[in-house]
Amino acid sequence: MAKHSVQVTVNGAPRKADVESRLLLVHLLREDFRLTGTHIGCDTTHCGACTVLLDGVPVKSCTVLAVQADGRNVTTVEGLEKDGKLDPIQDGFMQEHGLQCGFCTPGMMLTSYALLEKSKNPQEDEIRHAISGNLCRCTGYVNIVKAVQHAAGKR
Amino acid sequence: MIPPPFDYHAPKSLPDALALLGQFGDEAKILSGGQSLLPMMKLRFAQPAHLVDIGRIPGLDYIKEEGGVLKIGALAREAGLEASEVVRSRYPILVDTASVIADPLVRNLATVAGNLAHGDPANDHPATMLALGAEVVATGPKGARTIPIAQFFTGLFTTALAPNEVLTEIRIPAPPPGSGGAYVKLERKVGDFATAGAAAFLVVKGGVIERAGIGLTNVGPTPIKATEAEKFLAGKKPDEATFAEAGRLAAAATKPGADRRGSAEYKKDMARVLTVRALRKAAQRAGGK
Repeated sequence: MAKHSVQVTVNGAPRKADVESRLLLVHLLREDFRLTGTHIGCDTTHCGACTVLLDGVPVKSCTVLAVQADGRNVTTVEGLEKDGKLDPIQDGFMQEHGLQCGFCTPGMMLTSYALLEKSKNPQEDEIRHAISGNLCRCTGYVNIVKAVQHAAGKR
Repeated sequence: MIPPPFDYHAPKSLPDALALLGQFGDEAKILSGGQSLLPMMKLRFAQPAHLVDIGRIPGLDYIKEEGGVLKIGALAREAGLEASEVVRSRYPILVDTASVIADPLVRNLATVAGNLAHGDPANDHPATMLALGAEVVATGPKGARTIPIAQFFTGLFTTALAPNEVLTEIRIPAPPPGSGGAYVKLERKVGDFATAGAAAFLVVKGGVIERAGIGLTNVGPTPIKATEAEKFLAGKKPDEATFAEAGRLAAAATKPGADRRGSAEYKKDMARVLTVRALRKAAQRAGGK
């Protein structure tokens, strides 16, 4: 079981690691790169707490091997803030109280960020569809939808 | 959960992938989207010694209509199918199907070909491909062969693919004038496997059904082609009485098992109801609605 050298551009910066084949992307991010904003929830591809952007596309990082990310771009919640300024999606979650416990929030924000990259002014049903792979057990989603709409107006 | 140890291989070409599969035989599994395989490995339902990742082979992610056939490459994602212009305009049954598979994040990675090659009777595309009369292209060391989808699903998680073959392309005949298809699924929540699902495809000419295809999801050890219902439909008028009888015949072809999604009797009856709904929607689309 040889180790693999991988290089992943994480939030714009190249990072290297020697990984076992079976290492999951979420563990590479959290344990090797110490980026613990990406959460592990269900670990069974259901909850979306581990959502990151892989080449700009939201995916569940508990269901991607670290070696599959070799040579690719990953964005985590730590990469949303730019030059000390929160991304509109982060500000939206704050302004609209789009979180309670906050566990789903990083994944929720990355999925929403990707939605807003494609759709400038999404309606409620489009937002709800986009986040249907991200589970929140606190908010009932109402304020999450408002947070995404708030961000859409500020981008 | 971390998968059991395995060796990872990332071939850059199809011949390289085939060579690896030839070398490792049934010790190897093909990794494409990984959205079924990796969860199964985490749960120890699958423990392959080698993973051959075809994800870095260029040129396999196409979705295109060519010579009267829709061709879906091995690496075309569910999200790509949902977004494809030709699919949205001419194959709404495929949009029906892709849009109820797992959730949008899973569909960003999951592949259509993988949904078939996995051989899971709970997967959604098998029923649709059975209804559409698709073929799959299996490429092995001696070249490519085509397998009619009706001969593809040989058992629970088992297909006609040999261990040294890759499912490289799905081929769907372009819809003739006056045809329509639909897929309907009953699920407990977004992202769940079907309690039951039904795909229907109808070719209607002069107010009469010329040809019908019906496939059923998760109501037996393999995806089911409802042959008796298909035969019954040919030559009939596409009306409620016809659909009711076809639904009854389709349900009779099922062999569901009881689980947390319901009893065998319940699922059998849902197969009947969903078949009727799929036929109704297919007939509407065949009529240009």
